[in-house]
Amino acid sequence: MSNSPNTPHRNLLSVSDLTMQFGGLIAVNGVSLSVNDGQIVSIIGPNGAGKTTVFNCLSGFYRPTGGTINFLGEEIQALPDFKISRKGMVRTFQHVRLFNSMTVIENLLVAQHRHVNTNLISGLFKSRSYKELEAKAMYRAEYWLDKVQLTKYANWEAGNLSYGQQRRLEIARCMVTEPQLLLLDEPAAGLNPKETKDLDNLIVSLKADYHVSVLLIEHDMSLVMGISDRIYVINQGQPLASGTPDQIRNNPDVIKAYLGEA
Amino acid sequence: MLEAFLYFIQQLLNGLTIGSTYALIAIGYTMVYGIIGMINFAHGEIYMIGTYASFVVIAGLTMLGIEYVPIILGCALIVAMIVSSSFGWAIERTAYRPLRGKHRLIPLISAIGMSIFLQNYMVLGQGARDVAIPPIITGGWSFGGGDFQATLSYMQLVIFVVTFVSMYALSEFISKSRMGRACRAVAEDLKMASLLGINTNRVISLTFVIGAALAAVAGLLLGLYYGIANPHIGFIAGLKAFTAAVLGGIGSIPGAMLGGLILGVTESFTAGYFSSEYKDVVSFSLLVLILLFRPTGLLGKPDVEKI
Amino acid sequence: MQRNLNHALFTALMTFVVSFPLLGIDLVTDGSSLTIEATSVTTYYYMTAAIVIVFLFQLFRESILSVFSSVPKLRLPIHLYSDLPQSRRNRFENWFTLVVVIVALVWPFVVSRGSIDLATLVLIYVMLGLGLNIVVGLAGLLDLGYVAFYAVGAYSYALLSEYFGLSFWVALPIGGLMAAFFGFILGFPVLRLRGDYLAIVTLGFGEIIRILLNNLTSLTGGPNGIGGIPKPTLFGMEFGRRVKEEGNTLFHEVFGIAYDSTYKVIFLYLLAVLLVLFTIFVIRRLVRMPVGRAWEALREDEIACRSLGLNRTIIKLSAFTIGAAFAGFAGCFFAARQGFISPESFTFIESAIILAIVVLGGMGSQMGVILAAIAMTVLPELAREFQEYRMLMFGLMMVLMMIWRPQGLLPSKRPHLELADVK
Repeated sequence: MSNSPNTPHRNLLSVSDLTMQFGGLIAVNGVSLSVNDGQIVSIIGPNGAGKTTVFNCLSGFYRPTGGTINFLGEEIQALPDFKISRKGMVRTFQHVRLFNSMTVIENLLVAQHRHVNTNLISGLFKSRSYKELEAKAMYRAEYWLDKVQLTKYANWEAGNLSYGQQRRLEIARCMVTEPQLLLLDEPAAGLNPKETKDLDNLIVSLKADYHVSVLLIEHDMSLVMGISDRIYVINQGQPLASGTPDQIRNNPDVIKAYLGEA
Repeated sequence: MLEAFLYFIQQLLNGLTIGSTYALIAIGYTMVYGIIGMINFAHGEIYMIGTYASFVVIAGLTMLGIEYVPIILGCALIVAMIVSSSFGWAIERTAYRPLRGKHRLIPLISAIGMSIFLQNYMVLGQGARDVAIPPIITGGWSFGGGDFQATLSYMQLVIFVVTFVSMYALSEFISKSRMGRACRAVAEDLKMASLLGINTNRVISLTFVIGAALAAVAGLLLGLYYGIANPHIGFIAGLKAFTAAVLGGIGSIPGAMLGGLILGVTESFTAGYFSSEYKDVVSFSLLVLILLFRPTGLLGKPDVEKI
Repeated sequence: MQRNLNHALFTALMTFVVSFPLLGIDLVTDGSSLTIEATSVTTYYYMTAAIVIVFLFQLFRESILSVFSSVPKLRLPIHLYSDLPQSRRNRFENWFTLVVVIVALVWPFVVSRGSIDLATLVLIYVMLGLGLNIVVGLAGLLDLGYVAFYAVGAYSYALLSEYFGLSFWVALPIGGLMAAFFGFILGFPVLRLRGDYLAIVTLGFGEIIRILLNNLTSLTGGPNGIGGIPKPTLFGMEFGRRVKEEGNTLFHEVFGIAYDSTYKVIFLYLLAVLLVLFTIFVIRRLVRMPVGRAWEALREDEIACRSLGLNRTIIKLSAFTIGAAFAGFAGCFFAARQGFISPESFTFIESAIILAIVVLGGMGSQMGVILAAIAMTVLPELAREFQEYRMLMFGLMMVLMMIWRPQGLLPSKRPHLELADVK
């Protein structure tokens, strides 16, 4: 269910000088960041700073206009989204994207499409290997369902869950693909304090128990400061600062960007 | 040599004639798509209705003994525009507005249903067979000599003038009038426009009405040009006009105009130099090619996917 | 009240404008000139009635609508079925299916020939509906040119039998394969297009195929089509009065009974049942397999699919190709049943009818599609007097269904999956 134990300093993701331009608008300008094995890294910055655009470039939804992205030793900036996901980097979205009219458990099964037997003949005649792989997928799905406390909603339509539950499902859906790096786009948005605390624990457990590294975009400072190993600050598409939570907290440029001139 | 040149000119003239009418119909598609992001599948039928309405007026006036062509054309134009616009308004209110905001397939299917309904409504009203109309405007200006003469018929001339005036009027309206500005605002960002106090429902209705009016003009012109109407001409014309709209860049009015002309000329050359049976195949293939290689069309803006 | 009055007057005027010039005036060709005449009096009565009704409705709109909403919502009896727990539904469905299959196999021996013929037509539309359901209902790809694959299947059999003398049974899988192949090459370039564009392009393809069939006369017979297509045989036995092909035997001779033309009809019907059962079986399996789940996920949210490593092109292609294959099978059968095909059978209206069946039944729902296919084929037969209004009603029905019940008559319920004990 998990990757091999963390080898600190093994570099998972290394981004250099990422640039994304739309016509005349430069959304991302020279952003660099890196995520090592077993790290939780956060990207923060005022609204509209280009953070989601960075995610879209990393995950292959946009083709960056400049810069390089190196994941697990391979350059991926030119790869399409689904290929990057297969390499072990999966993401969530600012607005939850579930398969709304499918059930919760179906959502988790679809995510494992790559791990099941997609051979038509085996499926039509329910061959042994087909059944085995389906059973494994079910097991994984149920496991993660339990982990995010959604077991009793297994056969509910995903669209009928509450917002907080949908968020958890989205993360569980990522985890069943057995990723190495999880990109979470504002996972705490719209959650109440208790739900945020649960999310906090979940993310920490993902790192500790499942050896998944997490890169997250967040506005909730208590969450960010509490769990991050490293923080990158982006303002108007440009890198502003980076460092440990303490360093960022006391960085005058960061304070100015968020609060304006004193 | 001269014959070849004259033949070429003739195909060009024919193509521009048809093309400018395609442009008129295409504008309706592109405006609606630009504003509410849906393909008004029934738009071709609006054009067809325009043809029939104008035939009724022309036949009626002719029976009354009126022969002065500008009066006939003028009345036919006005009545056809009123009738088509009413249909356009009614269709939007009954079949599209209740479905706004739903999954994209739903209004599209409703539009297809409306298209079939209108075609058969016309069958009910006027029969399924062709209705022929004797030409109102005859004669033309021929040039060249020898074996082949190129002709610019007066009907073609009328078509050029009327389409040009219509498109000019539309451009002025869109760029200079208050309502036109509202149209552009709503096309740009519907939510924002409504937050700014623009009555988006009214603007959307107006878009349908304008598009319908232009289609009616095309209906009158092509009806007189071909001399024929039947309830199913809207289907093919609609597809071609849509092709033109996509070719020029869907959402762009100048694009629709350009696309119409290009499509008309392509069709004409195909019919003139290759085979007239296959001209439709060429038109549709053009559509496919454009969508494959340049889906935003010639004048359209690249569409960035919002993730 | 004043505002209502203005609005009512306006809509009444609109009703007049959209009806009078087109319905109330007839264009009549008088020699070489065109004249107009008043239409029949009954039409004027209807028009006036319509205008009055519209006027009154708009005037008293609020009162009328509040009367409607105070009436308890009429739950379709279908709800009773949908609300049952899954296990009961499964048992019921299995028994129901068994009963239906037995009835379907036995029934033709006791009814008239015309009914069997109609039933065979229904079964063809069931196949087509189920096939398109894969593309539109499950994968959410609006294909308006589905009839092209139907045509490919039909013409495949016609041409294979004419030029190579292949029998129906050999041509059937080939026809399906040919249709699937066309689905692949047509689908490959266009499947990355957005929904409405895809719809128009597939429409265009459908038209292109029809025009080609009409014009490649040397190959396809042009507008005259291809005739003399042999009916399918049962182990070499033909069902006609005389043997049409060398080496075949005659059904009624082999069994020593008198010739009856009904045997042919029953045989075709049973063949259709077989094909439909095959279709249902395969699609049921596909829906529960990863590929079926991927189709539905793609329909729900393509971007989420991409983010999970699903290759949308391959998934879309698989839906398109498999859906096309079923149309191909249906086409082969159609050609065999008719004995004669022409491009006229493969117009856009056919695509629209099949789409209507899928939409009416409930996109993605197999039971719904079957029900809708039966309704769409049988109802026009029952209401023969209204033949004129058939297409009109059809268009109206599509609009009304989208406004009233876009999920269809029998929307599919998600499968309930049993969880094992994880701990």
